[in-house]
Amino acid sequence: MSNVQNAVIGTVRTVLGWVPSQWLPGGTPDPLIERRAAIGQQASRLDGPAKVSGQARFAADVAMAGLSYATLVHSPITRGRITKLESGAAEAAPGVILVMTYHNMPRLGIVPMIGGTNLSAAGNSALPTMQGPDIWYNGQVVAMVLAETQEQADYAASLIEIDYREDSAKTSFENAKPDSRAPASVLFEKNHVSIGNAEQELNRAAFKVDNIYRTPGHNHNAIELHAVTVAWDGDTVLLHDATQAISATASAIAKLFNLKNEQVRVLSPLVGGGFGGKAFWDHQIIAVAAAKLAARPVRLILSRDSVYRMIGGRSPSEQRVAVGADAEGKFTSIIHTGYSIMPPYAACPEPYTLGTRAIYKSKSFEIIQRYLDLDIVPNTFMRAPGEAIGTFALENAVDELAHEMGLDPIELRLRNEPEKHPISGATFSQHATRQAYLDGAERFGWEQREARPGARRDGEWRIGMGCASGGFPYVRMPGVNIRIELRRDGSAKISCSAQEMGMGTATVQTQHAADRLGLPVEAISFELGDSALPVAPMAGGSSQTASLSGAVIAGAERLTIELLRLAGNDSPIAGLRAGEVQLAKEGIASLDDPSRYESFRSIMARASRDEVTVTASGSPPLEMFKFAMHSSSAIFCQLRVSDVTGEIRVDRMLGSFDCGTILNPKTAASQFKGGMIMGLGLALTEETLFDERSGRIMNASLADYHVPSHLDVPEIDVIWTGIPDPRSPLGARGIGEIGITGVAAAVANAVFNATGTRVRDLPITLDKVLSEIP
Amino acid sequence: MIPFTYTRASSADEAASMAIRTGHKLLGGGTNLVDLMRKNVELPSCLVDVTALSDSIKETQEGGVMIGAAARNSAVAAHPLVRTRYPMLSRAILAGASAQIRNMATVAGNLMQRTRCIYFNDVAGSRCNKRSPGSGCDAVGGFNRYHAIIGAAPACIATHPSDMCVALAALDARIHVYNKNATRIIPIVDFHGFPADRPDLETVLEAGDVITSIEIPVSPFAARSAYRKVRDRASYAFALVSVAAGVTMRERTIDDIRVAFGGIAPKPWRAFRVEMALRGGPATQEAFDDAVEAELARAVPLAGNAFKIGLTKRTLSAVLTELTGDAR
Repeated sequence: MSNVQNAVIGTVRTVLGWVPSQWLPGGTPDPLIERRAAIGQQASRLDGPAKVSGQARFAADVAMAGLSYATLVHSPITRGRITKLESGAAEAAPGVILVMTYHNMPRLGIVPMIGGTNLSAAGNSALPTMQGPDIWYNGQVVAMVLAETQEQADYAASLIEIDYREDSAKTSFENAKPDSRAPASVLFEKNHVSIGNAEQELNRAAFKVDNIYRTPGHNHNAIELHAVTVAWDGDTVLLHDATQAISATASAIAKLFNLKNEQVRVLSPLVGGGFGGKAFWDHQIIAVAAAKLAARPVRLILSRDSVYRMIGGRSPSEQRVAVGADAEGKFTSIIHTGYSIMPPYAACPEPYTLGTRAIYKSKSFEIIQRYLDLDIVPNTFMRAPGEAIGTFALENAVDELAHEMGLDPIELRLRNEPEKHPISGATFSQHATRQAYLDGAERFGWEQREARPGARRDGEWRIGMGCASGGFPYVRMPGVNIRIELRRDGSAKISCSAQEMGMGTATVQTQHAADRLGLPVEAISFELGDSALPVAPMAGGSSQTASLSGAVIAGAERLTIELLRLAGNDSPIAGLRAGEVQLAKEGIASLDDPSRYESFRSIMARASRDEVTVTASGSPPLEMFKFAMHSSSAIFCQLRVSDVTGEIRVDRMLGSFDCGTILNPKTAASQFKGGMIMGLGLALTEETLFDERSGRIMNASLADYHVPSHLDVPEIDVIWTGIPDPRSPLGARGIGEIGITGVAAAVANAVFNATGTRVRDLPITLDKVLSEIP
Repeated sequence: MIPFTYTRASSADEAASMAIRTGHKLLGGGTNLVDLMRKNVELPSCLVDVTALSDSIKETQEGGVMIGAAARNSAVAAHPLVRTRYPMLSRAILAGASAQIRNMATVAGNLMQRTRCIYFNDVAGSRCNKRSPGSGCDAVGGFNRYHAIIGAAPACIATHPSDMCVALAALDARIHVYNKNATRIIPIVDFHGFPADRPDLETVLEAGDVITSIEIPVSPFAARSAYRKVRDRASYAFALVSVAAGVTMRERTIDDIRVAFGGIAPKPWRAFRVEMALRGGPATQEAFDDAVEAELARAVPLAGNAFKIGLTKRTLSAVLTELTGDAR
C-alpha cells in the first residue's frame, strides 16, 4: 500500500462521516435480522454425508483418461544459480513423459499479486516460475517430472542432477534488522500511528510493562495437500484445483498463458482446508504448462514436504509491547512495534499491530511495524494473520500489568473498553466485548481462579487459569456477483463462484436464501466452486459469508423488481414498488398490507414464464469505512503444569464471542473450536524450524512439526452474544479467523497463573517453563 | 523412492539367506523403513518381508517371556503375560507412536528403527555422518533439541527413538539372532552401539543376521515398575526424556533396581551407575540425586538440549520417589 492509498482511504472516511448513516448500504438494518426462519437454525452441512462416506470428490480425486502424474524438485540451496542441469537419466527412466526445467518451461510473466488494489488477484510471489537459472530461496521449484505413475515420477525426479553456484544469502532475522523497512501502510491501515507522546507517557505512568515477545514462523498444514488436476482441450484449459481463490486462479492462468478468461475454467467444489495457504502458487502454473507441453492431463499433488518448501507460512515476529496505566488502571500509553519478515517479492504482510489499534482506549499510542528482507519462500496469510500473534503479545502484556497492579485482568480490560474506535474515532457498529467477558467468566467459573500464581495444586501439577481478548475486523468484499434463478415449480438456484473450504458456505447461504426469498430451505440449491459461475473474490479475511450475503441481498432486490414488472397491473400487488414489498411465503407481499400478496407461481404462470433469472453484485462495502466494525472474543483457559517436567496439559477452554448474528450454530461452533485448537498449536507446539545457517526449513513433516494431537485438545466450550450488527447483512460478521486469536495469550497467562513463569516466546515448551521451576 | 523388488521369507533360514545379499533389507511393519525409502534415506534394491516369521508370545521354561520377532507392538502391549509380569514394557509400547503405527510395527523392527534426527532425514539439504560417513554433521550446530546428551560423539549426536527398547533395556532382554544354522543371543545393552567414528553402524548385527525373537527373563520388578515419558505434546511425539525403572525393596532399603533412559542417548541407555549407586542403599531424595549425578557426570549438553540434564534428574527422581514411596 502507498501513501496515495492512505490519503484516498482517509478522504473516503472523512466524506462518509458527513453522510447520514441511513443513506449508506447497510445503514438501514437488514430486515432479516428481525424476520428470520432458517437463519440461526442448527443445520448440518449439506456436504457432510458425502464427505464422511467418501463420496466427496476433491481436486486430487478427479479421474481422467490418460492422466499423468507430476513430481517437483526443489532447490536445496538458498541463493545462487544453477550451473549444470542434467536430466537425461530422468528422461530415460521408465514411464517418464516429460521433464520440465527452466530450459523448456514456456516463457511466462508474473502473476497479479494479492492486494488491496486488485481484488481479482491471488498471487503470492512476484518471482518468476522456472524461467531461469537463478535461485531466490531454499525450496524454490527447479524441475518437474511427469510420468505415467506417481512412483515413476518420484523416482525419475531423484535422477535429475543439478549443480549450483551458491551465493551468500540473507537468512538471519537479527542481522536483517538494520536494513528493515517501515511501509507506509499495512493492508488498509496506515502503518505508523503516533498519538500523543507514548514513550513519555510510559515513563511517567504509575504502572507499566515493557517487553519483547517472540513468535516463530508457522507452516500451513491443511489436511488436504495442495493439488491440481489439469486438462487442456484445444485452446481451453480445465483445472480441478484445491483453491480458496477460484476466479483469481482462472484469471491468473488466463493472463500467464495469454488466454481469454472464458478459455480457462477452474473447478473447486470442495477444499480440504485453506486457512490462507491455498491461493495461487507455482504448482498451478507448472501443472498447466506441463499439461500443455505433454499434451496430456496432469495431476500434481504436492507432497507434505513440498508444501513446506514452496507454500509460504506465517512470518516469525519480534514484538515490543509496552502498556502504561494511571493509578486507576486507565491506559495512558500503548506501544506496539516490531519486526516480521516480508521479502520484496511477497505480497502478504503479517499485520500484528492492527488488532491493537481497535481494542483499548489509551491516552497515547505509538505503533509501527517493520519488515525484514530475508531470502525465504514468500510468507503468506495464515488464519488471523496479525491478530493471531499480535494478541499474544498485547494480551500477555495486559495480564502482566494487571498482576503488577493487583487487579483482576478482566477488570483491567473492562476499565479500558473503548466507546469508539481508539484511533479513527469512528462509531462502533456493534461492540459487546464487556458482555462477552462477563458471560464467559460466569460460565467458565473465573471466580475459582486464585490471583496468586502457583496457589492451586493437584499432586505434582500446578493448576492455572488465564484469559485474553481476541478480535478480528469485519470485512465485506466488493465485486461479489451472483445469479438467482427462480423457477415456476417453487425452487430457486443461487450461483456464484464462491469457495467451500469446509466452513459450510453453501449450507449457510442456502439457509439465508430461503429466508431472503421467502422459500423453504429444501427449495434452494446453492451452486459454487466453479469459475464459470458469476465472479466472486477469494475466500479470505473472514469475509466470504458477509460478502456473499450482500450479493444475495442485491440479487433478491433485482428479483423483486423483475417479479413486480412481470406481475403487471392485474395483480394484488400492482403498483407497489420494491421498497414496499417483501418476498415471503413463496411470493411477494406488501409490507403495509400483507393481504396484498401474489405467489411466485401465479406471477410466473400469468407471464408464461418457467423461470426468472437475475444477476446482481453486492453493493460497495461502504459500511466498513463509515463504522468501526470489529468482532471480539474473550478466551478462557485452565491448564496444569507438571512440577517435575514442566509439561503443560490444557484441561479446558472456553471461547465467548461477539460476532453479530450467528447464522448456523453448528457450523459456527465448529469454526470457533477449530480456530481455538489451532490457537493451542500456536501456543504450545507449532514452530517452523528455519535453520538460519542454510535458510532451509528442517521440520517439513507432520511428524516433526507438531500440531496438537487429539490428546492435546481438551473440552472446548463456545458461547456467543449473538447481538446483531445493524450495519452488516443479516447482522453477521465473519467468524472464520477470530477463534485462533487470543488463545496463545490465554494459555500463556494461565501458565503464569499456574507457575509464576511468564513465557514471552512461543511456543511455550516445557524447557521454557522448567527453567523457572525450582 | 527408487525401484525395488519384494519377496517374502517363510522361515528364518530363508530370511537369512536373502538378508546376506547386497541391497537386501528385512521388512517388518514398514513404519520406519518405508518412510525412509520415500525420503531416499534408505535405498534397498530388495525388501525381504519377514512378517511371516514367528509372532508368538509365550512363556519360557524359566518363567520369562519369549516374543516372536514379527509380533506387532500392539499385540505385545496387550498380552496378559506382558501386562502382568512386565507392565513397564506394556506402558512403554503404548507411550510410543500412534495406535495405527503400533498395529503395524513389529518388535524386531522397533529394535532396528533409526533415529528421527531431522538432518539425517534430509537427504537433499543436510550433511549427516550416519547417512554418509565422513560428510559431516549439521545437527551439532543446528536444531538439537531432540538429540543426545550422553554417549554421543562429535560425528553424531542422534538419539535412538524407541520407547519399547528403553523398557527392554531395563528388563535385561536378550535378542535371539539367527545366522547360518546357528542362533546366538545378544543382551540388549550390547545390541546397539555407540556412534564414535562410525555412526552408520548402529547395531552389532552382521550380514545375514535375522532377529527371530526377544526373550525377557524373569523379573522381580513388576510390582514396582514404571515407564514415564516426557514429551512436547501429549501423544505422537518422541521422548525428550523417558525413564524405565523397576525396584525391589527390603524394608526401607533398595534391594535391587533397574533403570534405563530414553531420548538422551544414541542407544537405549541402561543407567548402570544409577543402579550401582542405589542398590543396597536408602530410597531418599539425596540418594536419587547423587545417583543421577553420577550417571550424567559425563553428559555433553548442546545449545538446544542442555535442559535435558535437569529434566532427566527430575524425572528419574519423581519416578523413583513414586516407586518407593510406601516403603519410605
